[in-house]
Amino acid sequence: MISFSTWDILRNLLFSLPWTLALSVIAFIGGGVVALLLLMLRLARRNLFERPVAAYVQLFQGTPLLMQLFLVYFGLALAGFETSPMTAAALCFTLYASAYLTETWRGCVEAIPKGQWEASACLALTFGQQLRHVILPQALRLSVPPTVGLVVQIIKNTSLATVVGFVELTRTGQMIANATFQPFTVYGLVALFYFALCFPCSMLGSWLEKRTRIQH
Amino acid sequence: MLDFSSVLAAWPIFLEGLAVTVVLTVVTCTLGTLLGTACAWCRVHGPRAARVIVACYVEFFRNTPFIVQIFFIYFGLPAIGLRFASFPAAIVALTINLGAYACEIIRAGIESTPRGQLEAAQCLGLGRWHTFARVVLPPALSRVWPGLTSQLIIIMLATAVCSLISTAELSYVTNRIAAQTFRQFESYIIVTLLYLALSIGFRRLLQWLGPRFFFGCAPAGAGR
Repeated sequence: MISFSTWDILRNLLFSLPWTLALSVIAFIGGGVVALLLLMLRLARRNLFERPVAAYVQLFQGTPLLMQLFLVYFGLALAGFETSPMTAAALCFTLYASAYLTETWRGCVEAIPKGQWEASACLALTFGQQLRHVILPQALRLSVPPTVGLVVQIIKNTSLATVVGFVELTRTGQMIANATFQPFTVYGLVALFYFALCFPCSMLGSWLEKRTRIQH
Repeated sequence: MLDFSSVLAAWPIFLEGLAVTVVLTVVTCTLGTLLGTACAWCRVHGPRAARVIVACYVEFFRNTPFIVQIFFIYFGLPAIGLRFASFPAAIVALTINLGAYACEIIRAGIESTPRGQLEAAQCLGLGRWHTFARVVLPPALSRVWPGLTSQLIIIMLATAVCSLISTAELSYVTNRIAAQTFRQFESYIIVTLLYLALSIGFRRLLQWLGPRFFFGCAPAGAGR
Protein backbone atom coordinates (compact mmCIF):
# COMPACT_ATOMS: atom_id res chain seq x y z
CA MET A 1 0.00 0.00 0.00
CA ILE A 2 1.30 3.41 -1.00
CA SER A 3 0.73 6.16 1.50
CA PHE A 4 0.16 9.73 0.42
CA SER A 5 1.52 12.67 2.31
CA THR A 6 -0.08 16.08 1.95
CA TRP A 7 2.91 17.02 -0.19
CA ASP A 8 2.15 14.16 -2.61
CA ILE A 9 -1.45 15.32 -2.89
CA LEU A 10 -0.33 18.87 -3.50
CA ARG A 11 2.18 17.84 -6.14
CA ASN A 12 -0.31 15.71 -8.06
CA LEU A 13 -2.88 18.49 -8.01
CA LEU A 14 -0.25 20.90 -9.25
CA PHE A 15 0.51 18.62 -12.21
CA SER A 16 -3.13 18.65 -13.27
CA LEU A 17 -3.37 22.43 -13.12
CA PRO A 18 -2.01 22.95 -16.69
CA TRP A 19 -4.94 20.93 -18.07
CA THR A 20 -7.48 23.18 -16.39
CA LEU A 21 -5.60 26.19 -17.72
CA ALA A 22 -5.29 24.69 -21.21
CA LEU A 23 -9.00 24.00 -21.42
CA SER A 24 -9.79 27.51 -20.19
CA VAL A 25 -7.48 29.07 -22.77
CA ILE A 26 -8.94 26.95 -25.59
CA ALA A 27 -12.47 27.83 -24.48
CA PHE A 28 -11.69 31.52 -24.29
CA ILE A 29 -9.85 31.81 -27.60
CA GLY A 30 -12.21 29.49 -29.51
CA GLY A 31 -15.24 31.07 -27.90
CA GLY A 32 -13.91 34.55 -28.61
CA VAL A 33 -13.44 33.81 -32.33
CA VAL A 34 -16.92 32.29 -32.69
CA ALA A 35 -18.46 35.10 -30.66
CA LEU A 36 -16.80 37.75 -32.81
CA LEU A 37 -18.12 36.04 -35.93
CA LEU A 38 -21.64 35.86 -34.56
CA LEU A 39 -21.48 39.47 -33.44
CA MET A 40 -20.35 40.60 -36.90
CA LEU A 41 -23.15 38.64 -38.56
CA ARG A 42 -25.64 40.20 -36.21
CA LEU A 43 -24.36 43.73 -36.78
CA ALA A 44 -24.02 43.39 -40.54
CA ARG A 45 -27.39 41.78 -41.35
CA ARG A 46 -29.45 42.62 -38.34
CA ASN A 47 -32.89 41.60 -39.59
CA LEU A 48 -31.58 38.29 -40.90
CA PHE A 49 -29.36 37.11 -38.07
CA GLU A 50 -30.78 38.73 -34.95
CA ARG A 51 -33.18 35.91 -34.13
CA PRO A 52 -30.91 32.93 -34.88
CA VAL A 53 -28.09 34.43 -32.82
CA ALA A 54 -30.46 35.21 -29.96
CA ALA A 55 -31.77 31.64 -30.09
CA TYR A 56 -28.20 30.31 -30.03
CA VAL A 57 -27.41 32.38 -26.95
CA GLN A 58 -30.64 31.35 -25.23
CA LEU A 59 -29.91 27.70 -25.96
CA PHE A 60 -26.56 27.81 -24.20
CA GLN A 61 -27.57 30.16 -21.39
CA GLY A 62 -30.81 28.32 -20.69
CA THR A 63 -29.50 24.76 -20.36
CA PRO A 64 -27.09 23.22 -17.87
CA LEU A 65 -23.49 22.99 -19.03
CA LEU A 66 -23.51 19.42 -17.76
CA MET A 67 -26.16 18.45 -20.34
CA GLN A 68 -24.31 20.34 -23.09
CA LEU A 69 -21.21 18.30 -22.31
CA PHE A 70 -23.11 15.02 -22.47
CA LEU A 71 -24.80 16.07 -25.71
CA VAL A 72 -21.54 16.99 -27.40
CA TYR A 73 -19.78 13.89 -26.09
CA PHE A 74 -22.45 11.41 -27.18
CA GLY A 75 -23.47 13.45 -30.21
CA LEU A 76 -20.00 13.38 -31.71
CA ALA A 77 -19.81 9.65 -31.14
CA LEU A 78 -23.21 9.18 -32.77
CA ALA A 79 -22.13 11.26 -35.76
CA GLY A 80 -19.27 8.82 -36.22
CA PHE A 81 -16.35 10.89 -34.93
CA GLU A 82 -13.72 9.21 -32.82
CA THR A 83 -13.74 11.52 -29.82
CA SER A 84 -11.35 11.93 -26.96
CA PRO A 85 -12.59 13.68 -23.81
CA MET A 86 -10.25 16.53 -24.76
CA THR A 87 -11.93 17.19 -28.14
CA ALA A 88 -15.42 16.89 -26.72
CA ALA A 89 -14.64 19.22 -23.82
CA ALA A 90 -12.80 21.71 -26.03
CA LEU A 91 -15.67 21.83 -28.53
CA CYS A 92 -18.35 22.12 -25.87
CA PHE A 93 -16.56 24.84 -23.93
CA THR A 94 -15.88 26.77 -27.12
CA LEU A 95 -19.59 26.81 -27.95
CA TYR A 96 -20.55 27.59 -24.36
CA ALA A 97 -18.06 30.44 -24.03
CA SER A 98 -19.04 31.84 -27.42
CA ALA A 99 -22.68 32.19 -26.34
CA TYR A 100 -21.78 34.16 -23.22
CA LEU A 101 -19.15 36.27 -24.98
CA THR A 102 -21.55 37.11 -27.83
CA GLU A 103 -24.17 38.30 -25.38
CA THR A 104 -21.70 40.37 -23.35
CA TRP A 105 -20.03 41.98 -26.33
CA ARG A 106 -23.39 42.70 -27.96
CA GLY A 107 -24.29 44.67 -24.83
CA CYS A 108 -21.05 46.63 -25.15
CA VAL A 109 -21.68 47.47 -28.80
CA GLU A 110 -25.24 48.52 -28.04
CA ALA A 111 -24.01 50.77 -25.26
CA ILE A 112 -22.32 52.92 -27.93
CA PRO A 113 -24.68 55.85 -28.61
CA LYS A 114 -26.60 55.66 -31.88
CA GLY A 115 -25.22 59.06 -32.88
CA GLN A 116 -21.79 57.47 -33.35
CA TRP A 117 -23.15 55.15 -36.03
CA GLU A 118 -25.05 57.97 -37.68
CA ALA A 119 -22.14 60.38 -37.60
CA SER A 120 -19.76 57.85 -39.08
CA ALA A 121 -22.33 56.97 -41.75
CA CYS A 122 -22.56 60.68 -42.61
CA LEU A 123 -18.81 60.72 -43.13
CA ALA A 124 -19.38 58.06 -45.79
CA LEU A 125 -17.53 55.34 -43.91
CA THR A 126 -18.38 51.83 -45.04
CA PHE A 127 -19.74 49.35 -42.53
CA GLY A 128 -16.29 47.83 -42.03
CA GLN A 129 -14.71 51.23 -41.53
CA GLN A 130 -17.43 52.24 -39.08
CA LEU A 131 -16.67 49.20 -36.98
CA ARG A 132 -12.92 49.46 -37.21
CA HIS A 133 -12.45 53.16 -36.60
CA VAL A 134 -15.46 54.23 -34.56
CA ILE A 135 -17.48 51.51 -32.85
CA LEU A 136 -15.11 48.72 -31.86
CA PRO A 137 -12.41 50.85 -30.23
CA GLN A 138 -15.05 52.29 -27.89
CA ALA A 139 -16.83 48.98 -27.32
CA LEU A 140 -13.53 47.27 -26.59
CA ARG A 141 -12.85 49.55 -23.62
CA LEU A 142 -16.31 48.86 -22.21
CA SER A 143 -15.99 45.13 -22.73
CA VAL A 144 -12.82 44.47 -20.77
CA PRO A 145 -14.25 44.24 -17.21
CA PRO A 146 -17.20 41.92 -18.04
CA THR A 147 -14.90 39.78 -20.19
CA VAL A 148 -12.55 39.28 -17.26
CA GLY A 149 -15.60 38.22 -15.24
CA LEU A 150 -16.42 35.67 -17.93
CA VAL A 151 -12.87 34.32 -17.81
CA VAL A 152 -13.39 33.55 -14.12
CA GLN A 153 -16.67 31.83 -14.98
CA ILE A 154 -14.96 29.77 -17.70
CA ILE A 155 -12.11 28.68 -15.41
CA LYS A 156 -14.60 27.58 -12.74
CA ASN A 157 -16.81 25.76 -15.23
CA THR A 158 -13.97 23.74 -16.76
CA SER A 159 -14.33 21.69 -13.56
CA LEU A 160 -17.47 20.16 -15.11
CA ALA A 161 -15.39 18.60 -17.90
CA THR A 162 -14.79 15.93 -15.27
CA VAL A 163 -18.04 14.22 -16.34
CA VAL A 164 -16.75 13.34 -19.81
CA GLY A 165 -13.56 11.95 -18.31
CA PHE A 166 -11.29 14.91 -18.99
CA VAL A 167 -8.58 14.75 -16.34
CA GLU A 168 -8.12 18.24 -14.96
CA LEU A 169 -7.91 19.64 -11.44
CA THR A 170 -11.28 18.42 -10.16
CA ARG A 171 -10.98 14.98 -11.74
CA THR A 172 -7.50 14.55 -10.29
CA GLY A 173 -8.85 15.64 -6.91
CA GLN A 174 -11.61 13.04 -7.21
CA MET A 175 -9.12 10.29 -8.01
CA ILE A 176 -6.76 11.25 -5.20
CA ALA A 177 -9.68 11.48 -2.76
CA ASN A 178 -10.75 7.96 -3.72
CA ALA A 179 -7.22 6.64 -3.33
CA THR A 180 -6.27 8.35 -0.08
CA PHE A 181 -9.63 8.42 1.74
CA GLN A 182 -8.92 12.02 2.68
CA PRO A 183 -11.72 13.85 0.85
CA PHE A 184 -11.70 16.72 3.34
CA THR A 185 -8.07 17.65 2.70
CA VAL A 186 -8.15 16.92 -1.02
CA TYR A 187 -11.32 18.84 -1.93
CA GLY A 188 -10.26 21.64 0.39
CA LEU A 189 -6.97 21.92 -1.49
CA VAL A 190 -8.71 21.72 -4.87
CA ALA A 191 -10.97 24.59 -3.80
CA LEU A 192 -7.93 26.60 -2.72
CA PHE A 193 -6.27 25.99 -6.09
CA TYR A 194 -9.32 27.31 -7.94
CA PHE A 195 -9.49 30.23 -5.55
CA ALA A 196 -5.85 31.06 -6.23
CA LEU A 197 -6.63 31.07 -9.96
CA CYS A 198 -9.91 32.95 -9.91
CA PHE A 199 -9.57 35.45 -7.10
CA PRO A 200 -6.84 37.56 -8.75
CA CYS A 201 -8.91 37.62 -11.95
CA SER A 202 -12.00 38.71 -10.03
CA MET A 203 -10.03 41.46 -8.30
CA LEU A 204 -8.63 42.62 -11.62
CA GLY A 205 -12.15 42.63 -13.06
CA SER A 206 -13.66 44.75 -10.33
CA TRP A 207 -10.67 47.11 -10.37
CA LEU A 208 -11.04 47.59 -14.12
CA GLU A 209 -14.76 48.10 -13.71
CA LYS A 210 -14.24 50.87 -11.18
CA ARG A 211 -11.72 52.53 -13.47
CA THR A 212 -14.03 52.37 -16.49
CA ARG A 213 -16.86 53.83 -14.49
CA ILE A 214 -14.78 56.81 -13.42
CA GLN A 215 -13.78 57.57 -17.00
CA HIS A 216 -17.37 57.79 -18.19
CA MET B 1 -30.86 6.89 -36.68
CA LEU B 2 -32.42 8.80 -33.79
CA ASP B 3 -35.06 6.84 -31.96
CA PHE B 4 -36.94 8.61 -29.23
CA SER B 5 -39.63 6.01 -28.56
CA SER B 6 -37.84 4.00 -25.86
CA VAL B 7 -36.72 7.17 -24.10
CA LEU B 8 -40.15 8.80 -24.27
CA ALA B 9 -41.68 5.63 -22.83
CA ALA B 10 -39.86 6.46 -19.60
CA TRP B 11 -41.80 9.72 -19.17
CA PRO B 12 -43.03 8.99 -15.62
CA ILE B 13 -39.38 8.80 -14.48
CA PHE B 14 -38.60 12.10 -16.20
CA LEU B 15 -41.58 13.60 -14.41
CA GLU B 16 -40.33 12.41 -11.02
CA GLY B 17 -36.90 13.89 -11.71
CA LEU B 18 -38.50 17.11 -12.89
CA ALA B 19 -40.46 17.35 -9.63
CA VAL B 20 -37.29 16.93 -7.56
CA THR B 21 -35.52 19.59 -9.64
CA VAL B 22 -38.41 22.00 -9.13
CA VAL B 23 -38.51 21.38 -5.37
CA LEU B 24 -34.74 21.77 -5.16
CA THR B 25 -34.93 25.04 -7.11
CA VAL B 26 -37.78 26.55 -5.12
CA VAL B 27 -36.32 25.68 -1.72
CA THR B 28 -32.82 26.84 -2.63
CA CYS B 29 -33.94 30.06 -4.27
CA THR B 30 -35.97 31.00 -1.20
CA LEU B 31 -33.29 30.10 1.34
CA GLY B 32 -30.44 31.46 -0.79
CA THR B 33 -32.11 34.82 -1.38
CA LEU B 34 -32.83 35.14 2.35
CA LEU B 35 -29.22 34.27 3.16
CA GLY B 36 -28.03 36.72 0.52
CA THR B 37 -30.22 39.50 1.93
CA ALA B 38 -28.98 38.84 5.48
CA CYS B 39 -25.37 38.86 4.28
CA ALA B 40 -25.94 42.02 2.27
CA TRP B 41 -27.32 43.69 5.40
CA CYS B 42 -24.24 42.52 7.31
CA ARG B 43 -21.88 43.91 4.69
CA VAL B 44 -23.53 47.32 4.71
CA HIS B 45 -24.70 47.81 8.29
CA GLY B 46 -23.10 45.03 10.30
CA PRO B 47 -20.23 45.32 12.77
CA ARG B 48 -16.73 45.33 11.32
CA ALA B 49 -15.96 41.71 12.19
CA ALA B 50 -19.19 40.51 10.52
CA ARG B 51 -18.35 42.53 7.42
CA VAL B 52 -14.96 40.88 7.09
CA ILE B 53 -16.37 37.39 7.64
CA VAL B 54 -19.14 37.90 5.07
CA ALA B 55 -16.66 39.36 2.58
CA CYS B 56 -14.45 36.26 2.94
CA TYR B 57 -17.44 33.96 2.56
CA VAL B 58 -18.64 35.74 -0.56
CA GLU B 59 -15.24 35.88 -2.24
CA PHE B 60 -14.44 32.28 -1.45
CA PHE B 61 -17.68 30.85 -2.80
CA ARG B 62 -17.75 33.11 -5.85
CA ASN B 63 -14.24 32.07 -6.84
CA THR B 64 -14.48 28.29 -6.55
CA PRO B 65 -16.49 25.93 -8.77
CA PHE B 66 -19.83 24.70 -7.50
CA ILE B 67 -18.89 21.07 -8.19
CA VAL B 68 -15.92 21.33 -5.80
CA GLN B 69 -18.11 22.95 -3.15
CA ILE B 70 -20.71 20.21 -3.34
CA PHE B 71 -18.02 17.48 -3.29
CA PHE B 72 -16.46 19.12 -0.26
CA ILE B 73 -19.79 19.25 1.56
CA TYR B 74 -20.93 15.75 0.60
CA PHE B 75 -17.63 13.80 0.66
CA GLY B 76 -15.35 16.04 2.71
CA LEU B 77 -17.42 17.18 5.68
CA PRO B 78 -18.25 13.65 6.97
CA ALA B 79 -14.53 13.43 7.86
CA ILE B 80 -15.10 16.04 10.55
CA GLY B 81 -18.39 14.48 11.65
CA LEU B 82 -20.91 16.48 9.58
CA ARG B 83 -22.81 13.86 7.62
CA PHE B 84 -25.50 14.77 5.08
CA ALA B 85 -27.75 12.62 2.92
CA SER B 86 -27.48 13.62 -0.74
CA PHE B 87 -30.66 15.72 -0.90
CA PRO B 88 -29.91 17.89 2.16
CA ALA B 89 -26.30 18.17 1.01
CA ALA B 90 -27.53 19.45 -2.35
CA ILE B 91 -29.78 22.01 -0.64
CA VAL B 92 -27.00 23.19 1.66
CA ALA B 93 -24.48 23.50 -1.18
CA LEU B 94 -26.88 25.32 -3.52
CA THR B 95 -28.08 27.67 -0.78
CA ILE B 96 -24.58 28.62 0.33
CA ASN B 97 -23.53 29.13 -3.28
CA LEU B 98 -26.54 31.28 -4.16
CA GLY B 99 -26.20 33.21 -0.88
CA ALA B 100 -22.75 34.42 -1.90
CA TYR B 101 -23.86 35.64 -5.33
CA ALA B 102 -27.15 37.08 -4.08
CA CYS B 103 -25.30 38.98 -1.36
CA GLU B 104 -23.21 40.86 -3.93
CA ILE B 105 -26.20 41.58 -6.14
CA ILE B 106 -28.47 42.80 -3.34
CA ARG B 107 -25.66 44.80 -1.74
CA ALA B 108 -25.26 46.74 -4.98
CA GLY B 109 -28.97 47.58 -4.78
CA ILE B 110 -28.80 48.63 -1.13
CA GLU B 111 -25.76 50.82 -1.67
CA SER B 112 -27.44 52.71 -4.49
CA THR B 113 -30.20 53.94 -2.18
CA PRO B 114 -30.42 57.74 -2.46
CA ARG B 115 -29.41 59.50 0.78
CA GLY B 116 -32.64 61.50 0.81
CA GLN B 117 -34.63 58.30 1.30
CA LEU B 118 -32.70 57.44 4.44
CA GLU B 119 -33.02 60.97 5.78
CA ALA B 120 -36.74 60.97 5.06
CA ALA B 121 -37.13 57.67 6.93
CA GLN B 122 -35.20 59.13 9.84
CA CYS B 123 -37.41 62.22 9.88
CA LEU B 124 -40.45 59.98 10.05
CA GLY B 125 -38.97 58.37 13.13
CA LEU B 126 -38.59 54.90 11.65
CA GLY B 127 -36.28 52.53 13.48
CA ARG B 128 -33.27 50.86 11.87
CA TRP B 129 -35.20 47.67 11.14
CA HIS B 130 -38.20 49.44 9.63
CA THR B 131 -36.00 51.67 7.56
CA PHE B 132 -34.22 48.66 6.12
CA ALA B 133 -37.28 46.46 5.55
CA ARG B 134 -39.68 49.15 4.30
CA VAL B 135 -37.57 51.90 2.77
CA VAL B 136 -34.26 50.46 1.64
CA LEU B 137 -34.87 46.85 0.67
CA PRO B 138 -37.93 46.96 -1.65
CA PRO B 139 -36.57 49.58 -4.07
CA ALA B 140 -33.14 47.95 -3.83
CA LEU B 141 -34.63 44.62 -4.88
CA SER B 142 -36.54 46.21 -7.72
CA ARG B 143 -33.32 47.82 -9.01
CA VAL B 144 -31.37 44.55 -9.02
CA TRP B 145 -34.25 42.22 -9.91
CA PRO B 146 -33.02 41.51 -13.49
CA GLY B 147 -29.60 40.51 -12.16
CA LEU B 148 -31.08 38.45 -9.37
CA THR B 149 -33.41 36.71 -11.83
CA SER B 150 -30.43 35.66 -13.95
CA GLN B 151 -28.64 34.38 -10.87
CA LEU B 152 -31.66 32.34 -9.76
CA ILE B 153 -31.83 30.78 -13.22
CA ILE B 154 -28.12 29.96 -13.04
CA ILE B 155 -28.72 28.20 -9.72
CA MET B 156 -31.66 26.32 -11.26
CA LEU B 157 -29.30 25.07 -13.97
CA ALA B 158 -26.67 24.26 -11.34
CA THR B 159 -29.05 21.76 -9.74
CA ALA B 160 -27.99 19.47 -12.60
CA VAL B 161 -24.58 19.17 -10.92
CA CYS B 162 -26.29 17.63 -7.87
CA SER B 163 -26.73 14.46 -9.96
CA LEU B 164 -23.02 13.87 -9.34
CA ILE B 165 -23.74 13.24 -5.65
CA SER B 166 -26.73 11.07 -6.70
CA THR B 167 -29.56 13.42 -5.80
CA ALA B 168 -32.41 11.92 -7.83
CA GLU B 169 -33.18 15.04 -9.86
CA LEU B 170 -33.71 15.49 -13.58
CA SER B 171 -30.18 14.85 -14.85
CA TYR B 172 -29.66 11.94 -12.47
CA VAL B 173 -32.75 10.11 -13.74
CA THR B 174 -31.67 10.95 -17.27
CA ASN B 175 -28.30 9.27 -16.71
CA ARG B 176 -30.20 6.23 -15.52
CA ILE B 177 -32.61 6.20 -18.46
CA ALA B 178 -29.70 6.70 -20.86
CA ALA B 179 -27.90 3.74 -19.35
CA GLN B 180 -30.99 1.54 -19.47
CA THR B 181 -32.13 2.34 -23.02
CA PHE B 182 -28.64 2.78 -24.56
CA ARG B 183 -30.09 5.94 -26.15
CA GLN B 184 -27.78 8.51 -24.57
CA PHE B 185 -28.03 11.21 -27.20
CA GLU B 186 -31.83 11.09 -27.40
CA SER B 187 -32.19 11.14 -23.60
CA TYR B 188 -29.94 14.17 -23.27
CA ILE B 189 -31.71 16.02 -26.09
CA ILE B 190 -35.04 15.57 -24.36
CA VAL B 191 -33.75 16.62 -20.97
CA THR B 192 -31.89 19.60 -22.41
CA LEU B 193 -35.11 20.81 -24.00
CA LEU B 194 -36.87 20.29 -20.66
CA TYR B 195 -34.27 22.44 -18.93
CA LEU B 196 -34.60 25.07 -21.65
CA ALA B 197 -38.38 25.20 -21.16
CA LEU B 198 -37.87 25.28 -17.40
CA SER B 199 -35.47 28.22 -17.55
CA ILE B 200 -37.68 30.21 -19.94
CA GLY B 201 -40.73 29.54 -17.76
CA PHE B 202 -38.83 30.33 -14.58
CA ARG B 203 -37.67 33.68 -16.00
CA ARG B 204 -41.24 34.60 -16.95
CA LEU B 205 -42.45 33.58 -13.48
CA LEU B 206 -39.81 35.67 -11.70
CA GLN B 207 -40.50 38.69 -13.92
CA TRP B 208 -44.15 38.40 -12.98
CA LEU B 209 -43.57 37.56 -9.32
CA GLY B 210 -41.06 40.27 -8.45
CA PRO B 211 -43.07 43.43 -8.98
CA ARG B 212 -46.20 41.91 -7.46
CA PHE B 213 -44.88 40.41 -4.27
CA PHE B 214 -41.39 41.57 -3.45
CA PHE B 215 -41.25 45.26 -4.10
CA GLY B 216 -44.71 46.71 -3.82
CA CYS B 217 -47.03 47.68 -6.62
CA ALA B 218 -46.09 46.85 -10.17
CA PRO B 219 -44.76 49.75 -12.20
CA ALA B 220 -46.68 50.20 -15.45
CA GLY B 221 -45.63 47.65 -18.05
CA ALA B 222 -43.37 45.68 -15.72
CA GLY B 223 -43.53 41.91 -15.67
CA ARG B 224 -45.98 41.66 -18.56
